[in-house]
Amino acid sequence: MAEAGGASLRFRGRVHKLGDNVDTDQIIPAPYLKDLSPENLAAHVLEGADPSFPRRIRPGDIVLGGRNFGSGSSREHAPMALRYAGVRVVMALSFARIFYRNAVDGGHLIPVIVTEEAYRGIGDGDEVEVDLESSIVRDLTAGAEYPVERFPRLIARIVQAGGIFSVGDLSSLEA
Amino acid sequence: MTITEKILARASGRSSVSPGDVVVARVDRVMMHDVGAPGVWEVFQELRSRGVDVSRLFNPAMVWMTEDHFVPPPDAKSAENLRIMERMADMYGISEYYRFGMGTYGVCHTLAYEEALVLPGQVYVGTDSHTVTSGALGAFATGMGHTDVAYILLHGKNWFRVPETILFRLRGELRDGVMAKDVILRVLGDIGADGANYMAMEFAGDGVASMPIEERMTITNMTVEAGAKNGIMAPDARVVEYYREKGKEVQVIASDPDAEYRDAHDYELPRIVPMVAKPHSPANAVELSEVEGTEIDEAYLGSCTGGKYHDMAAAARVLKRAGRRARARLVVVPSSTNVYRRMLREGLIDVFMDAGAVIGPPTCGACIGGHMGVLGPDEVAISSTNRNFPGRMGHRTSKVYLASPASVAASAVEGRIADPRRFLG
Repeated sequence: MAEAGGASLRFRGRVHKLGDNVDTDQIIPAPYLKDLSPENLAAHVLEGADPSFPRRIRPGDIVLGGRNFGSGSSREHAPMALRYAGVRVVMALSFARIFYRNAVDGGHLIPVIVTEEAYRGIGDGDEVEVDLESSIVRDLTAGAEYPVERFPRLIARIVQAGGIFSVGDLSSLEA
Repeated sequence: MTITEKILARASGRSSVSPGDVVVARVDRVMMHDVGAPGVWEVFQELRSRGVDVSRLFNPAMVWMTEDHFVPPPDAKSAENLRIMERMADMYGISEYYRFGMGTYGVCHTLAYEEALVLPGQVYVGTDSHTVTSGALGAFATGMGHTDVAYILLHGKNWFRVPETILFRLRGELRDGVMAKDVILRVLGDIGADGANYMAMEFAGDGVASMPIEERMTITNMTVEAGAKNGIMAPDARVVEYYREKGKEVQVIASDPDAEYRDAHDYELPRIVPMVAKPHSPANAVELSEVEGTEIDEAYLGSCTGGKYHDMAAAARVLKRAGRRARARLVVVPSSTNVYRRMLREGLIDVFMDAGAVIGPPTCGACIGGHMGVLGPDEVAISSTNRNFPGRMGHRTSKVYLASPASVAASAVEGRIADPRRFLG
């Protein structure tokens, strides 16, 4: 669930760079699924990948994953944990289907698909600006910029609305 | 059209659909378990605070629920989540609600089959990624998160992007000691952990027909480990007969001969050998012989993937032939009360206990690192479950090898990874 989204199309933040196949068990291990509170989910975000992650992540940070980010379980707790930790944008070479859908339909995160070149070029800790209006990510630390994939019309509509419950008549999404 | 396209076309009121189309489809059946339902409840509360009417569901009769992930509750928080389900069942009139300690219950995907809760041709959505399992019965079955499921509960529909389909033609019969699990591990190894992302995986051929339904379910179950939106098999005479025994007449939908596929792969089942997925990906599959002899601390039999009756029978057969106590800790968790009862009736519980096993109540248990045999630091397990991601079954330094129930049993006996065919020859 989301507050009304779509206000801003530019996001600036510090990058946490991760590898391929970051699965939902790593994003939020199953024992923490019992408690949906923002405090619990944020306190354990990405703990399965790196136990120090919850201490290091700060509001506004941007996560950069490799291929198949969010693979595995349908737990919506995964995008929620990132959101509650203050993350708004997750970039990756590709996303697993359910994670992507949960991020968008739940209005939790904005999933952005980047190129191999961007993934290689952007370093852990770099300051970046994701500009969704011009579909570009700027690496402010390295002074480089890369194109990002434009949202399909359907996804753009839901992201702009802030989640599936804010879209209104679903049939307007058909194509 | 493919079977997947036909189902989505019917459900969206169109004469035909093509991959890439975005359709709004009616959903026939919805499942929630104790991890999904509390999330749905929270979405409802949030909507209510915004003035949305959430006092009734689109159609309570399309919904069914089971308690499976954290049951019997290992802690108070888990118990609290079951109270939320109870409240939802009362409030919304959800009568198909399977509860532990109150008769039949079990892991959702096993129950969906055993209780014939999902029919061929239906659009079926559950709050669980392994909902794809029910595709073995010819349903379009897929997992979603709790926001999407909440939407379906209130509106009876949701958006779907029609997936491209990859066809897998299975020919011939598996040899003794080789199981459907070995087939799907082989497929996952071939196409990779995102080899079918956003796509449908359709299985066809006489190789499918040769398998019992529960074995077919093992294959569709793990299609999500390649990222698939759904796994599907056209219902055959065996499936039709199964539903007839349950008092349900079903319609058979199959792919057209000229259906278009993104890709096609052929597998000769007699050539499949026991497989193992090494840590930490189900797609990290190798022939078992490559890791034979690897020492293990635990052998785990259970879950929607490897805790069905057929799985238990295959494992027990190996243990019986071996005729001695297991050298590794053996944890057996039937995936439903139906499985448990049949194991008792047919003497399998004795076989497992003679081998030294502990038998747990039906639950997702240690498959998700919940309870009932969770792994400690650096422990190594061989497991009939579906995922071996880092930390999936316990401590983040533990290691899980995925294998067939027969291979898990053989490895338990030896205390190291072993080929079940050694005991069956």
